[in-house]
Amino acid sequence: MKVEAKMLLVLGLFFGLMCAVYWNWSLENAGGVMMFAGMLLCFLPGSYYYWWSRRMKERPEDKKDVTQAEGAGFVGTFPGSSIFPFVLGMGAFSVVLSLVFGIWLLIPGLGLAAWAFIGGTSEGRRGGSH
Amino acid sequence: MTDVLHTAPTTGDDHGHGHDEHHGPSGILKWLTTTDHKIIGLSYTVTAVVLFVIGGLFAEIIRLQLASPNGTLVSLAQYNELFTMHGSVMIYLFAGPFAFGALANIIVPIQIGAPDMAFPRLNALSYWLYLTGSITMLSGFFTAGGAANFGWVGYAPLSNSLNSPGAGADLWIGGLLLTGFSAIFTGVNLVATIFYLRAPGMTMFRMPIFTWNLLVTAILILLAFPVLTAGLIMLYADRHFGTHIFSNSGGGVPVLWQHIFWFWGHPEVYILALPFFGMVTEVIAVFSKKPVFGYKGMIFATLTIAALSLGVWAHHMFTTGVVLLPFFSIMSLLIAVPTGIKMFNWIGSMWRGQIWFSAAMLMSIGFLFTFLIGGLTGIYLASPPLDFMTHDTYFVVAHFHSVVMALVFGAMAGLYYWGPKFTGYLLHEGIGKAQFWFLFIGTQVFTFPQYLLGLYGMPRRMAVYPHDPQWQHLNELSTLGALLIGVSTILFVVNIGYSWKKYPAGDNPWDAQTLEWFTTSPPPHHNFYRLPQIRSERPTWDYNHPDHPSLAHGAHEETHA
Repeated sequence: MKVEAKMLLVLGLFFGLMCAVYWNWSLENAGGVMMFAGMLLCFLPGSYYYWWSRRMKERPEDKKDVTQAEGAGFVGTFPGSSIFPFVLGMGAFSVVLSLVFGIWLLIPGLGLAAWAFIGGTSEGRRGGSH
Repeated sequence: MTDVLHTAPTTGDDHGHGHDEHHGPSGILKWLTTTDHKIIGLSYTVTAVVLFVIGGLFAEIIRLQLASPNGTLVSLAQYNELFTMHGSVMIYLFAGPFAFGALANIIVPIQIGAPDMAFPRLNALSYWLYLTGSITMLSGFFTAGGAANFGWVGYAPLSNSLNSPGAGADLWIGGLLLTGFSAIFTGVNLVATIFYLRAPGMTMFRMPIFTWNLLVTAILILLAFPVLTAGLIMLYADRHFGTHIFSNSGGGVPVLWQHIFWFWGHPEVYILALPFFGMVTEVIAVFSKKPVFGYKGMIFATLTIAALSLGVWAHHMFTTGVVLLPFFSIMSLLIAVPTGIKMFNWIGSMWRGQIWFSAAMLMSIGFLFTFLIGGLTGIYLASPPLDFMTHDTYFVVAHFHSVVMALVFGAMAGLYYWGPKFTGYLLHEGIGKAQFWFLFIGTQVFTFPQYLLGLYGMPRRMAVYPHDPQWQHLNELSTLGALLIGVSTILFVVNIGYSWKKYPAGDNPWDAQTLEWFTTSPPPHHNFYRLPQIRSERPTWDYNHPDHPSLAHGAHEETHA
């Protein structure tokens, strides 16, 4: 976890440095703001990972000499199949088309999205299909 | 939902818990409901290749129009739509999604020993947003006003509702919103997968270069794409809600659109390029029978490119006269340093290796050559005086076509190299080599005349040009090159048809090095029955060649007891 954290923190530091140079040198604000936001976007997860990396045991994937037997165990729970990404995708499609072809397309769009949010969440809670 | 466990290799149980075959819906419903990263990746691949062919057809029409000074193949209005949609399809819908959606989706989880992407349903959503976004953008051709026609960069104020009325422009914006979210979700997914789902022993500095590059790409996606999405929403508000963010008349700033667009647009160049760099790195190492030369240097070069890429956006805007020339010139020139390190390492990886000139390797060498030309002309353009001379001429067109055609070489190398892994069948090598030569000669014949045309002053985005024999001959030559590239694409499609399920690949046809070649071709549901010990960045090589294990970074340990 330490490498991941340091990578993001160093990137953020570099963006901060660039932002400081650019902000003071240029007569334009948009770029400085965007680079500042870039710095924050690296610092936020980077400092979170750093905070955790000092408080957790090294994970098997961070150890250089671990055997597969030591690393054996629970990895995660993965859905086998789900219709809700497709439903949500069609909902988003419909919402975007409403920007062009008329506001009425929001009704099916938001309807499909709501169905997908409810269905997807409950699928995750009860385990869903294999 | 399936619980997935890492199983110890010592159990001798090849079908460990969580690796049982998938019993779900079949047929079209299986495709609609799948959350398997390999099937999603395959859908991405097929969609991206189809869009590549569509974008290529636009390119051929453009080149045929330009083969004579007063071409009459298309009208001026149609020409505007064609070059806009050619750029949009190739950049937004082919190169990006092919890089971080198609091959990344299939290969990255297998390379790090993960059972799937971290968020499989989000991954599926990414694909559906990509597909619907592509359909949205292309459907502009079926509206009364035609497709978007303001260039793939959508500069304000040309893209406002006065200068570009009609549904085509709105469909372009809508399509980009959808594909933009698709990219952001893929970025989140890749970062989470690489940070949390690596196999035991797969430390960060043992990940294959392809995975490393995709991690950096994903971080760049997260930094850049939200800016584009925000810009598009502002553009839509300007067009329909009466705001004046990008128009002078209401106190807005048209150049702000360029800042926002290129703040996304230049990192986007590296978002496109880095995955292909990764593919080429893997291919060169495997077909030279050597480990990657300068593994850590390669990673730091990638990170440096990513870091610098956020500070170079306004080198696209030198001629606006309101940007900080020295800052952007220095930053742009600095990118040549890490890119040079990469070039050096690619050549170093081949140096004194046993090179096997397979189709994938030839494509990678074609990449090196073409990318070198594109990269070096990029250094010219980073210098403001030269950029003032050549801005908006064919020199710039030739520069970025050298770069993106190099990425096409990378894409083909990736398909020839990894195709057998996810389909289980090899492609025909002979047709592949013929494809390479058509692509290679075609690309050079296509771009070289354009460099000269640019230096003679031919502006880009013109459907007709003055009667000048020199200009005409160079344009004819460029069109010939474009047709040769078209032939190479046809050969690729022919190759897929000819080799259809003909040459079974086996698990590891190339004697490759990384983890994806340890499992079966195609990999089972959740990818692995068992995993080898991981002691270097080449676990499969170490397993297959216990006499010649990797001496990774000077820290050699005995790998196989």
